[in-house]
Amino acid sequence: MSGNRTMEEAGSRTGLDLTRPSPQPLSPEGRGTFEAGDDEAVSPGLWLPVYTLALRELVRFFRQRTRVVGALGQPIIFWVLFGAGLHGSFRGPGGMSYQEYFFPGVAVMIVMFTAIYSTISIIEDRRDGFLQGVLVAPIPRVSLVLGKVCGGTILAVLQAVVFLAVGPLLSLVGLAPPLETGLTWQNAVAVIGFLALIGFSLTALGYLIAWPMDSTHGFHAIMSVFLMPMWLLSGSFFPAGDSGWLSWVIRLNPLTYGVAGLRRIMTTDAAAVAGLPSLSVCLSVTILAAMAYMTIAIWMTNRPAVHNAR
Amino acid sequence: MLSVPVANSDDLTRATEVASAVEVRGVSFRYSEREALTAVNFAVERGEIFGLLGPNGGGKTTLFRLLATLLPLQQGEVRLLGCDVASQAQAVRRRIGVTFQSPSIDGKLTVGENLRHQAHLYGLLGREASRRIDDLVGQLGLADRVSQLAGSLSGGLKRRVEIAKSLLHRPGLLLLDEPSTGLDPGARHDLWAYLTRLRVERQVTILVTTHLMDEAERCDRLGILDRGRLVALGTPDELRQSVGGDCLTIQAGDPDELWQQIASRFGVTARRVGEALRIEREAGHELLRDLVAAFPSEITAISLAKPTLEDVFIARTGHRFWDAEAEVGS
Repeated sequence: MSGNRTMEEAGSRTGLDLTRPSPQPLSPEGRGTFEAGDDEAVSPGLWLPVYTLALRELVRFFRQRTRVVGALGQPIIFWVLFGAGLHGSFRGPGGMSYQEYFFPGVAVMIVMFTAIYSTISIIEDRRDGFLQGVLVAPIPRVSLVLGKVCGGTILAVLQAVVFLAVGPLLSLVGLAPPLETGLTWQNAVAVIGFLALIGFSLTALGYLIAWPMDSTHGFHAIMSVFLMPMWLLSGSFFPAGDSGWLSWVIRLNPLTYGVAGLRRIMTTDAAAVAGLPSLSVCLSVTILAAMAYMTIAIWMTNRPAVHNAR
Repeated sequence: MLSVPVANSDDLTRATEVASAVEVRGVSFRYSEREALTAVNFAVERGEIFGLLGPNGGGKTTLFRLLATLLPLQQGEVRLLGCDVASQAQAVRRRIGVTFQSPSIDGKLTVGENLRHQAHLYGLLGREASRRIDDLVGQLGLADRVSQLAGSLSGGLKRRVEIAKSLLHRPGLLLLDEPSTGLDPGARHDLWAYLTRLRVERQVTILVTTHLMDEAERCDRLGILDRGRLVALGTPDELRQSVGGDCLTIQAGDPDELWQQIASRFGVTARRVGEALRIEREAGHELLRDLVAAFPSEITAISLAKPTLEDVFIARTGHRFWDAEAEVGS
């Protein structure tokens, strides 16, 4: 990919000489240091557009208060209510309480909601016209994908970290029993890193779903019939067990390995993660899934299409 | 006076490439079931303001999107400032500024943030970016709006932000799609004053699409698009002169009957346009006098005018501008 870009750069540099006009007088107003086609036209490179597009995602997110509340509030309510409701009937691996079992699952849920909802902005950008401005800018299309995905990942990790920090405090006000989350200062960096990996993967998945869509309605439909079950059947909500087809679906779900990896990093109790895939398997599957989603997303975005012109 | 070196063929190629800001050769485009452009050819010289005039659905937006590198070229060739749109898309994108009909600005960001992001997308950073942004907001009268959310601006101000965006990287060619959409007459006047200034002071070549006759009048040259075909090309004056001296428009209770009578008594074939009859010819005032004398009761109204661009459109396509839009819409 970078090879292609270099070739294109080289081609354009030849074009640059051809199009250089004879020197023109400056505008009489003096401020017009502007010369038509003065062709200092620099290539923005790969990362400056990524940075600016990701930054835009963050700024937009924090300007929409309802999004902040929605992405964090709903999973916390889930955790508190399901925790309270299923507390009595749940016997977790290693004797953990349901709140403890569900804790990493909710972190993944937050990552999923934030990551995937952040990609809805592609549909809005297309509808509102912003996207066409990006598509005619001289940036590699990879930058567009990476900008969106990095923006979504950062948002997702920020929100999940807020939950991981605030969740245990809910026991102080009686909304949850005292719990052993397994989160320590030692594993914090690994936890955040792994959440970022899951976030990156899920944002890329959201991107490739959102890119071809013209309306957010379709996206919401996919969200409820495909993405929500994907989370439910990832071992976040209940363990896989060994019961027939359901355990197979869970085993085939790439997100299962994200949740399992997070559990493995967070826990110190071997009994609690017995029966889960090993950390190296979890890491490999999650990275492979992220790469697969990214490849499809980049391929879609690179394809010149009538769809791009609205 | 000056000794001109003999140009070798290589230099000639180069010279022709420098000469044209836009070259469109044999461009056709199909959406799955509909042919939007058919074998369109034209060139725009550097420093020109060129208008693509046509009814909505005539193909001008498709052509605009092809020029803006938003649609893949299916057939034909497009070169902008010497760069081929199909094979050198990035080079083209660095050199052109694009102003969209529905502004590509982010309403949730301030005007300043919009411009800052745009600068980054074109590789402009830090002080250089700030300097250019300050320059442009000054010129476009946006200086006191920089920290205002773009979404809260009026249509006219949004358009100005959009234009500022498209000029940040100092393009040699500015493409504007229906720039007057949603602007009141005052804002439209300001816009055109600014475009003219850009052309004069900065030698920017400007291509606008429009369906407004008065806007087309302001262009140096025009291409008229109808049903995907370029039906006329020239300066507004040339186009009007091509129609012939005067235009007579006649309203009648029974236009078919009158059409026959005019043909038999004056040997003049009128053109039936909607419910009216039209005659284009020199010395229209004499014919008008004779017609009124000959058919005092049949003619309910008659008018004599110098041809307008709309008359050019009718003469080249055989139908009215607005009928073309209605047809496409139905």
